[in-house]
Amino acid sequence: MKKLVLSSAIAVGLSTVASSAVAEDISLGVFLGLTGPIESLVANMAPAAEQAIAEVSDSGKLLDGTKVTAIRADTTCVDAAAATAAIERLITSDKVSGVVGGDCSGVTTAALTNVALPNGMVMISPSATSPALSTVEDNGLFFRTAPSDARQGVVMKDIIMDKGYKEVAITYTNNDYGKGLADAFQTAFEEAGGSVTISAAHEDGKADYAAEVGALASAGGEVLVVAGYIDQGGKGIIQGSLDTGAFDTFVLPDGMVGDALPAAIGPDLNGSFGQAPGTDSEGAGKLVEMASGYDASSPFAAESYDAAALIMLAMQAAGSTDPNKYKDKVMEVANAPGEKILPGELAKGLEIIAGGGDIDYVGASNVELIGAGESAGNYREIEIKDGALSTVGYR
Amino acid sequence: MEDFLNAFALLSNFVLVPAIAYGSQLALGALGVTLVFGILRFSNFAHGDTMAFGTMFTILATWWLQSLGVNLGPLPTALLALPVGILVCAIYVLICDRMVYKFYRKQKADPVIYLIASVGVMFVTNGIVRFIIGPDDQNFSDGQRFIIKARDFKTMTGLSEGISIKVSQGLTVVTVIIVVTALFWFLNKTRTGKSMRAYSDNEDLALLSGINPDKVVAVTWILAAALATIAGTLYGLDKSFKPFTYFQLLLPIFASAIVGGLGNPLGAIAGAFVIAFSEIMVTYAYKRFAGYLLPEEWLSGGLLQLLSTDYKFAVSFIILLLVLLFRPTGIFKGTGV
Repeated sequence: MKKLVLSSAIAVGLSTVASSAVAEDISLGVFLGLTGPIESLVANMAPAAEQAIAEVSDSGKLLDGTKVTAIRADTTCVDAAAATAAIERLITSDKVSGVVGGDCSGVTTAALTNVALPNGMVMISPSATSPALSTVEDNGLFFRTAPSDARQGVVMKDIIMDKGYKEVAITYTNNDYGKGLADAFQTAFEEAGGSVTISAAHEDGKADYAAEVGALASAGGEVLVVAGYIDQGGKGIIQGSLDTGAFDTFVLPDGMVGDALPAAIGPDLNGSFGQAPGTDSEGAGKLVEMASGYDASSPFAAESYDAAALIMLAMQAAGSTDPNKYKDKVMEVANAPGEKILPGELAKGLEIIAGGGDIDYVGASNVELIGAGESAGNYREIEIKDGALSTVGYR
Repeated sequence: MEDFLNAFALLSNFVLVPAIAYGSQLALGALGVTLVFGILRFSNFAHGDTMAFGTMFTILATWWLQSLGVNLGPLPTALLALPVGILVCAIYVLICDRMVYKFYRKQKADPVIYLIASVGVMFVTNGIVRFIIGPDDQNFSDGQRFIIKARDFKTMTGLSEGISIKVSQGLTVVTVIIVVTALFWFLNKTRTGKSMRAYSDNEDLALLSGINPDKVVAVTWILAAALATIAGTLYGLDKSFKPFTYFQLLLPIFASAIVGGLGNPLGAIAGAFVIAFSEIMVTYAYKRFAGYLLPEEWLSGGLLQLLSTDYKFAVSFIILLLVLLFRPTGIFKGTGV
């Protein structure tokens, strides 16, 4: 009798294991900087990614009703060791089937090369923009819905050239972002016949920027390109340059674009211009409408939604949740030809793929993956007029 | 002649004026550090955050005054609010002394234990400031911004180079002169000041001759709080207030105090200007300056920059190292480290 009870218990146990294998519920890692320098952005990025995951899971259309859950992990944005440990946990302990993230370029590179690559895990980053990630060895596992800063460098060159400036000085914040953007811009600008008088780094959060401003002023130039951060050294350099009369007009890349800058500097900033990732597409507006409890117009929120959506659409196209199988389908679902899919239409996209059709995922950020799997990038050109940011157009 | 004047204006605008203002701000901070070191005999790492604490209350009082419509015309309202900041800051450091340092003083603890305790006070102060006013930038300067603008200077003199002097820069230099004079008068002429120096020179003898140690300690802390608040407010008026930057200010302030000779007030001032000038002068690109003075064929088109601005902190620390190697007590004879 005892044996019978035992064996039936084992049988019941086995059958539950077997049935759960049939339903195959999966999870995705949301691997973003929940703490650290960009925690305020992540507050809107993580919910956006989770919204896409919930949308697919609730629809019941993914691979015969597979449920998807999101598991958060912290990149810290700056600490590569902590980020590596966090993604290690996601892959080996939580057994996720794909990773949305990382966020900052440095930790993303570390997580990719140390953990995701050896474990064969797909990562789609919504916000790592360093040009170095375009050429990093990834076995086709890494994608990003954010454009490379090499692209921003070219867009910035176009804007400056269109305004007729031929001679510029550059200052950049001394990290992967600042250096990458400054170098990309300098190369593009010089190829187009412009000249760069000086390209000088500045450290963030320092007491005094008189030395940097002095060197920049001495080198001269018609405008000053400030590849820094709005609440850090970038602002200090602009203030110092205006106070000493070194420069009147500034070019502001994405890290410097925000309402806080004209508010802090005042009317002297009028006439300065720049660009930041952004699109006027239908999808962006749609996500803002759908978003509840977070702000979908915040930087990189749209890209986060799209990164999560792409992973699940690719799974559907491959008919598998195995990263090594669905990685080849990411570019296919993201690009033409096919039916255009906007935010909120993920169920429709899944159905079309299940029916053997083709989709072109447009999403909230107008996704178009080029090169090694990165967004072609859409930029909003801005100008400071009457002490406020105003959108001039889109590029 | 005009070339010469242009060269001078250029150098003034980008080197002399900013370096003098920055040096003055550092001097006030270094004076506070050196005073605490001289009399209480430890390196107070909480000084940067004490500056932030005092400045924060000055800012809060400034906002209150502004909301009442009170202002000083061309001068910043923060000057009126300064006594409030100093008062609250003095109370705060006295509480810190009572709760933390007094315990170690009774135990006659080693200076290094004080130092570690002050790191703890630093983190707590750091947290309090962020808790009350937040980690963001705060702008609280009002009144006129410039004594003279670069553009006005050009039209006035007809030179092609302008000099701009901000109200905050002028204010900083004037305040430093007043504060330093008052401090030296206090230390050298008054009874309390003399008893502080006696306590600093030889604690046991000072106690024997009937000097009240509690009073000396309290006065030292009040002076340090006043210096910190004034330095922090002037710095905030010139740049802007951000708690993290005040924490970063600690490094150049300590470099100044050590270069000048820890414990020596004159040395703190000299050290501050050495650090400020070296940071700016060594990394300045002399291209345009030389362009005015030298014949054109002598110029190669290079920037004539000794070191890239990335290295400006290396400059101040190399000076610090050299001073410690060849004159361990600092330029002026300090207590030594």
